[in-house]
Amino acid sequence: MTASGTAAGGAKGEGASAPGFLVEARGVVKRFGAFTANDHVDLAIRPGEIHALLGENGAGKSTLVKMLYGSLQPTAGRIFWKGEPVVVTDPAEARRLGIGMVFQHFSLFEALTVTENIALALSNVSDMNALAARIAAVSKDYGLPLEPRATVADLSVGERQRIEIVRCLLQEPKLLIMDEPTAVLTPQEADQLFLTLERLASEGCAVLYISHRLEEVKRLCHASTILRHGKVVARVDPKQETAASLARLMVGADVHAIRPKHARVAGPTRLYVDQLDLPANGPFAVALDQVSLEVRAGEILAIAGVAGNGQSELFDALSGERHADHPGAVVIDDTPCGHLGVGARRELGAAFVPEERLGHGAVPAFRLSENVVLTRDTIFADAARRLLGFLDFGRADQTAERVSQAYDVRKSRPDPEARSLSGGNLQKFVVGRELDRKPRVLVVNQPTWGVDAGAAALIRQALVDLAADGAGVLVISQDLDEIFEIADRIAVISRGCLSPGYDAHVMTLEKVGLLMGGAHGGSEAIEGALKLREADGRAY
Amino acid sequence: MDQSALLAVLLTIVTASTPLLLAALGELVTERAGVLNLGVEGMMVMGAVAGFAVALTTGSPYLGILAAAAAGALLSVPFGFLTLNLVANQVATGLALTLLGLGLSGLIGERFVGQPGVRLSKLHIPGLSDIPFVGPLLFGQDILVYLSIVLAVLVSWVVFRTRLGLILRAVGDNHASAHALGYSVVRVRWMAVLFGGALAGLGGGYLSLAYTPQWIENMTAGRGWIALALVVFSSWLPSRLVIGAYLFGAVTILGFFVQGLGVGVPAQLLSSLPYIVTIAALVVISTRRGRARADTPACLGQPFVPDR
Amino acid sequence: MRIELEKRPERSATMAWASPLIAVLATVVTGGLIFAAIGKPPLTALWIFFLEPFSSLWSLEELVVKATPLILIGVGLSVAYRANVWNIGAEGQFTFGALMGAIVPIFFNSWQSPLTLVAMLALGVLGGMIWAAIPALLKIKAGANEILVSLMLVYVAQLLLDWLVRGPWRDPKGYNFPKSVGFEDWQTMPVFGGGRLNLGIVLALVAAAALAILMRRTMKGFEVRVLGEAPRAGRFAGFSSDRMTLFVFLLSGGLAGLAGIVEVASTVGQLQPNISPGYGFTAIIVAFLGRLDPIGVVVAALMLAVSYLGGEAAQVALGISDKAARVFQGVLLFWVLACDTLIYYRLRIVRTAPVAEEGAR
Repeated sequence: MTASGTAAGGAKGEGASAPGFLVEARGVVKRFGAFTANDHVDLAIRPGEIHALLGENGAGKSTLVKMLYGSLQPTAGRIFWKGEPVVVTDPAEARRLGIGMVFQHFSLFEALTVTENIALALSNVSDMNALAARIAAVSKDYGLPLEPRATVADLSVGERQRIEIVRCLLQEPKLLIMDEPTAVLTPQEADQLFLTLERLASEGCAVLYISHRLEEVKRLCHASTILRHGKVVARVDPKQETAASLARLMVGADVHAIRPKHARVAGPTRLYVDQLDLPANGPFAVALDQVSLEVRAGEILAIAGVAGNGQSELFDALSGERHADHPGAVVIDDTPCGHLGVGARRELGAAFVPEERLGHGAVPAFRLSENVVLTRDTIFADAARRLLGFLDFGRADQTAERVSQAYDVRKSRPDPEARSLSGGNLQKFVVGRELDRKPRVLVVNQPTWGVDAGAAALIRQALVDLAADGAGVLVISQDLDEIFEIADRIAVISRGCLSPGYDAHVMTLEKVGLLMGGAHGGSEAIEGALKLREADGRAY
Repeated sequence: MDQSALLAVLLTIVTASTPLLLAALGELVTERAGVLNLGVEGMMVMGAVAGFAVALTTGSPYLGILAAAAAGALLSVPFGFLTLNLVANQVATGLALTLLGLGLSGLIGERFVGQPGVRLSKLHIPGLSDIPFVGPLLFGQDILVYLSIVLAVLVSWVVFRTRLGLILRAVGDNHASAHALGYSVVRVRWMAVLFGGALAGLGGGYLSLAYTPQWIENMTAGRGWIALALVVFSSWLPSRLVIGAYLFGAVTILGFFVQGLGVGVPAQLLSSLPYIVTIAALVVISTRRGRARADTPACLGQPFVPDR
Repeated sequence: MRIELEKRPERSATMAWASPLIAVLATVVTGGLIFAAIGKPPLTALWIFFLEPFSSLWSLEELVVKATPLILIGVGLSVAYRANVWNIGAEGQFTFGALMGAIVPIFFNSWQSPLTLVAMLALGVLGGMIWAAIPALLKIKAGANEILVSLMLVYVAQLLLDWLVRGPWRDPKGYNFPKSVGFEDWQTMPVFGGGRLNLGIVLALVAAAALAILMRRTMKGFEVRVLGEAPRAGRFAGFSSDRMTLFVFLLSGGLAGLAGIVEVASTVGQLQPNISPGYGFTAIIVAFLGRLDPIGVVVAALMLAVSYLGGEAAQVALGISDKAARVFQGVLLFWVLACDTLIYYRLRIVRTAPVAEEGAR
């Protein structure tokens, strides 16, 4: 167990050096059926401490915090609050104790206003106007400005997170739980968040900070608990560790490094997008504005951006799920196809992997072999049966098996329903299904979102290999680590506008961040801002 | 048109609109909580038969009103259990409810066919009700007419001005978030379903106690479905629901008024007017309203299973 | 005590078979309770209601006759519901199909050839399709809710029929009864063995078999299932929800229209205000009881035909209202839907207090 002695934690004297723990979980077990999500987990946090909870996807982090917050009940074990055993029956009880939580997937109500959203989390609101005034005051005070009367649907992701945080702050929490808070923020927004958290800690509030972004954990946190497969494997002071050593503890082995790319030879243009406009197709959607890009054979173009800035719209327009206004807007291998549907674009040699695995890339209730039919021609070859549209399920079966073998898809039975696979295994299947066709163009949205490190490495390697074999690969991703790992060129999407593509080796995290914030073109502004942040750069 | 004829038409519009308003108001609350109950027709017809039977046997139309509401709420119980506790498909379960209600009411009501019913009397406030024209229209209606208006105001106030209403809207907008904040989605929805059932029953009871005080099999004649359409038409706003229900009542009554003038239109065409108007209204409202999806409770019709 | 649902990792194949059977059993038990409640001997009543229809050749034949329209409508609806398209106006499509098909014997009364029947059946299908195309197109073009529109059109079709048989299409020699001329010879369905069993059942079985193959083996069936399960994935596969909506409405409407003309050209024999004891609505139950599978629908249609016959028999023998059949149908659908939950979830009954500690550490 480490105790930190940072300025933030020690400011109030009572913080990290106090003998008592604020909250303690002892021997907590949680089982879902036969699956043990948490196996005798111990966790202890002191007042004023920013405590990191580290682990891969599926390591049991979310399960543990849901038990602290009362959303789940432990199968066994105890939770202590200020030394007293407590049963956190439900989130209301957690809030009464002084525990606040900011969820990874925000628990907000889109149709309601900021004030209404916050009122729902407070137990004693009598005057909505007074609450609105308080929200405005507190949010300003902590550097998280909010308009209390705005409807959530109209707000950006960053603003939505502010609602979540202010909602917690109004309850004057002793413990604030944050689940992957920076996953949806620009680097600049994340910096602002860190300042807020440090201020909270200095006021004596403990923070349980869940993340798998090791650099920010090293920078921010005073202590850490690392989970792997539902068990605590280490308790370390992150400031004393390197990112690599923390990663080793999380994964349990050295993380497989992506085989470096051979020198890129610029091949012919595979995918060309020319001034693509796409109107927003719903009240909460983003319009694409004059998007242009080019992906050549042998290269990976990555598109970075904060969620909800037009990524899924761009994907739909490229895949043909939505049509462009003129055929030349999307050109695959020299064939204009902006007016063509998904099937026709697949016939041109393109393949697509959407962000949402279940319900978009695959039908949850269908078996893997049936999911092969979704994007592959599996109709019998002979004319008579082809005319009647008879499906060759035998061939689909073989394809499913071949893909499973080639991409290490682990299944509990021969041909399971898609929904019974873990996220990583299903993603390997969905990516493998497309790669198995040897596409000349691949468009993939969030290739490793919510996937364990092993599967992510396998998928990234497969993308690099595909490009090396002469395909053009377009990767849309929020994960900047991933982008810097595999991309040859990087563009950034912001509010439906796409920046030019920059060579990856001249791109920096800061530059990407500024582009994410919408600072297009103004290269001087970018350079200027970069100079200010030189000291804290992560070198890529 | 002379004044007494106009008065008669207006009075009929009020009685034609009230059952629709009552039933639609209940469904509005149910749908605000994210539950689509297509069983309104079934609950209405059960309310009609129960109201009629109790009023006839006890002689009190007011006990009939209570019985109608109770019958509607009672019939919504299996719907609630299936859709909320067993997460069955809401569309199919709602249809089942309608079929069950139509069958059950037919069975129960068999011995009441042809019997004269008890009519819910109109209020008479000395002085006010006697004012020419305005008196009978504003101060001489039966109690359910006033109740329906009061309920509309009350529902509007509760939904938009109280914490209960805030929770109701929250559950309908995002049940996962509501659950994460510690609200019992299932419990809130149960209350909404029961309220919807009671009001649908009340609307049915109005038919057999005030509109045409007798029992005829299937006497709701699709009004439950029209009430469902009215909820869509109202964009889930009680104030617009009142307007919609009265507009609708007016259109249907005007058909009969035209017939009364001796225009040679087949009776069947006039009878089909409410249904055709409903279709037209649905088309207009769906086309015109680009923000349709924004108005609709986001979780409408979605089953909710909390993870444990 | 409360019931908790635990999601199964995959749907249970056993329960997919067992759930309709459990539902039927539960309905029978519920039926016994209802009989007891209204003071009838439950066992006798159940016997008459559910088993006597199987006891004689005549009633077996009648069972098939009653099942015919239920199969025709039910298989179409099962495909529509699989696509998550809610056509609940089959009763109206049935009526309009009957009405269109009847144009042939009413306006070309002297035309007698095998083609007469073919023309009637074709017009019946067309009529059902026309009536079903209205909600489909209003849904596609204007976004109008297909459930409400298709249902509203039931009333419109029935009123139209009512007007026609009381007015323009009334048999001039019919003593002012609201009915059309009677259909004769090639204007009626050919019968087998001189009874009421007719060609309709063959059409119904062919439709069921064709749709079973369509759903299991072909791309079109796959398209239906994908769009019903996951519309977004359907779009990703290149399928169009709008075209699917139109397709399943035309298919289910056409089959309902066919059922309508088959019914008036066989058991009814003429147009009259009442041509259906609610077949279009009962077929909804049939579709669900048959687990939205064309072959399952055939079995389910026979089961529901029993409730019609049993209802009539119970009325004669015990004085139980024929309305009881409608009640059973509604109860059955409830049980079917309740039992469907078992396919996707395990039910657990738990005590209310959450467990805080486990003994062994």
